[in-house]
Amino acid sequence: MEVKVALVGNPNVGKTSVFNTLTGLNQKVGNYPGITVDRKTGVSRMGDTLKVRIIDLPGIYSIQPNSRDEEVVLETLFDRHNTYYPDVVVVVTEVENLKRNLLLFTQIKDLGFPTVLAINMADQLPVKGIRIDLEALSEKLRTEVVLISTRTGQGISQLKAAISRYVEADKRPLLDLASVDETYFRSMDYKSWLTRSQGAVFEGVEPVSDGLSESEIKRLQQKETVRRYQQIGEVLKAAYTKDASVATGWQARADRLLTHRVWGYLIFFAVMMLVFQAIFSWSSIPMDWIDEKFAQLSAWVSATLPEGKFTELLAEGVIPGIGGVVIFIPQIAILFMFIALLEESGYMSRVVFLMDKLMRPFGLSGKSVVPLISGVACAIPAIMSARNIENSRERLITMLVTPFATCSARIPVYVIIISLVIPEQMVFGFIGLQGLVMTLMYFLGFLAALTTAWLLKMVIKARSRSYLIIEMPPYRRPLLKNVLSTMVEKTRAFVEGAGKIILALSVLLWFLGSHGPASTFGKAEETVIENFAGKNLSDDELQDEIEGYKLRNSYIGILGSGIEPVFRPLGYDWKISIAVLTSFAAREVFVGNLATLYNIGSHGEEETRIVERMEQERRPDGSRVFDLATGVSLLLFYAFAMQCISTVAIMRRETNSWKWTFIQIIFMTGLAYFSAMLAYNLLK
Amino acid sequence: MKLHELKPGQKAVVRHLDVDRLPMKLVEMGCFPGSEVELILKAPLGDPYYLRIDGMPLCIRKDMAMQVDVELLTYGIHGS
Repeated sequence: MEVKVALVGNPNVGKTSVFNTLTGLNQKVGNYPGITVDRKTGVSRMGDTLKVRIIDLPGIYSIQPNSRDEEVVLETLFDRHNTYYPDVVVVVTEVENLKRNLLLFTQIKDLGFPTVLAINMADQLPVKGIRIDLEALSEKLRTEVVLISTRTGQGISQLKAAISRYVEADKRPLLDLASVDETYFRSMDYKSWLTRSQGAVFEGVEPVSDGLSESEIKRLQQKETVRRYQQIGEVLKAAYTKDASVATGWQARADRLLTHRVWGYLIFFAVMMLVFQAIFSWSSIPMDWIDEKFAQLSAWVSATLPEGKFTELLAEGVIPGIGGVVIFIPQIAILFMFIALLEESGYMSRVVFLMDKLMRPFGLSGKSVVPLISGVACAIPAIMSARNIENSRERLITMLVTPFATCSARIPVYVIIISLVIPEQMVFGFIGLQGLVMTLMYFLGFLAALTTAWLLKMVIKARSRSYLIIEMPPYRRPLLKNVLSTMVEKTRAFVEGAGKIILALSVLLWFLGSHGPASTFGKAEETVIENFAGKNLSDDELQDEIEGYKLRNSYIGILGSGIEPVFRPLGYDWKISIAVLTSFAAREVFVGNLATLYNIGSHGEEETRIVERMEQERRPDGSRVFDLATGVSLLLFYAFAMQCISTVAIMRRETNSWKWTFIQIIFMTGLAYFSAMLAYNLLK
Repeated sequence: MKLHELKPGQKAVVRHLDVDRLPMKLVEMGCFPGSEVELILKAPLGDPYYLRIDGMPLCIRKDMAMQVDVELLTYGIHGS
């Protein structure tokens, strides 16, 4: 038999560490049906016979929903028929903010779950001068209480033992609702009250009608919460002491430094530069290696397997397709390592604190900074990280503008275009002009995000008042185990999620690009040999010409000439038009497609060769195809256009609205089109 | 006085807060009549506020702090 154990707790109590410690590597990330919220489950053995499924839920402060994260937890805890409805709940708390943590504990207990209270970070007790009387606490709360430390491993076996005794748990509620308001709660239990106060739905619980106004209900809710805190205060008076003389002076000094009006911003800026730097330079070595290996694999497959359609599909469609996903793993992993470090150490909350006032004129909150920063790697996890923004307008605006952040898929496009149209010279004698333009592209992304946010703020009406309430967690040394598991988990989510789409599309593109009408495409070789007869081409050159002819007459080529008039005002010829068109699935295919389009066998990302070839490309009138006007036009197009199927899919799921998803696509792509057209015509 | 009038380092006791205009989350985070609140520091642009409520750190915006009535705690000298 399998017992379901839900881990519930406030953010910043180390709940994920507890999950990792209990499950080891036996975990998997999944989605809740219907909505994408990371839900992690893992298996743990307790004793000889008991197999336990552990469910890690997002951190929440109360069972009253304030954000999307919290709603998810409630869907699991309130609905008896939910797949993850737990048999026992472990409320994870920590030694320092135990009082605040216990509010949620009393609510969970009153829902009638067999409950275990785990107090984490026991190793901090002597450091902070805190003493906890476990026996007194356990007796007053009528619950098994275990003191644990995921850092030292203390108490984990006791926690498992306590979980395995769940059937014996005392399920009586802690709060006597009558003590909140004797007349109102005379004949009402906790679940009925939740049905009335927050519209919760429980099986077998009738809705209550009492004629009270919204405001009166809110007043009762406040009284209930205050009463809970009073009760917690009484319990802790007997079981919890903190020696005020134990100083945590360095924490206060760190706060003053990191939120200083000069140093605070400078440090933040430096940290961001370090992150960007790491994403580009650290990842280039493994990326080159992956690139090379996949190119070798492709070559090996086409050399080894018998010739035919299947081998072609494998070597030109599937393997490069998978390679196009795998190549982003180093960047994604490094980015999430930093995000995990920033969050685990407590620094991210300081950034939110520092940036909130600056973000508000744009209809954003300090919490929007996290998605905008993550967006530099990939918009998909970035959009998901907007979930903890309570205000629905701020969350929506954040999600709508996040794809403007210069994601890693734009890098190859920028690199190749910049090296084509921006001269390799120094500004002021020491700043490389090409590097400067690259940096400008990043600023342009953020500028577009902020400007759009400001416009959206004018359009979208506020449904509720905007507010910011965040905890300032103490600074802590990040646990390596947690950082690693975040990296693995997020990378896996990226590979599985985005990977499927990129893979499917690359197979489709391969098919359309390598097939065509029999009358032209089928006779490519004869036609080209005939056309170039007597021109003394080498075998390689002839082969290149044949490939080029095939592409022009493939289905994708036909599509390209069809679409060319649309992109002509932007200065693109039919080849660029195809590359741009195919980029609507994912931007990163641009370089590979251009490479094929310009008749070069694309052996991985050989950017220099592609650049040389593109430089030689001429219009019928003899002018360069990739001149400054077309180059800038392309840069602007790629900076603004919504060219990522995965982002569209995630937007649909996170906003739960096709309307906003389409508005985003049309706005971004429209902006891209018109700014590219403007730039082209000004520079032409 | 209101919570936003505190100076960094000053402590006060919450007297009243308007539940109709403030989110319940503030109460859930431990801020309600009777709680002891200390202003630790303000963000560089004067907003938001970094507080300690009954010893637990919390950060809220100025407009919210303006709606919380507090009574300044003065140690040593009474009835100032």
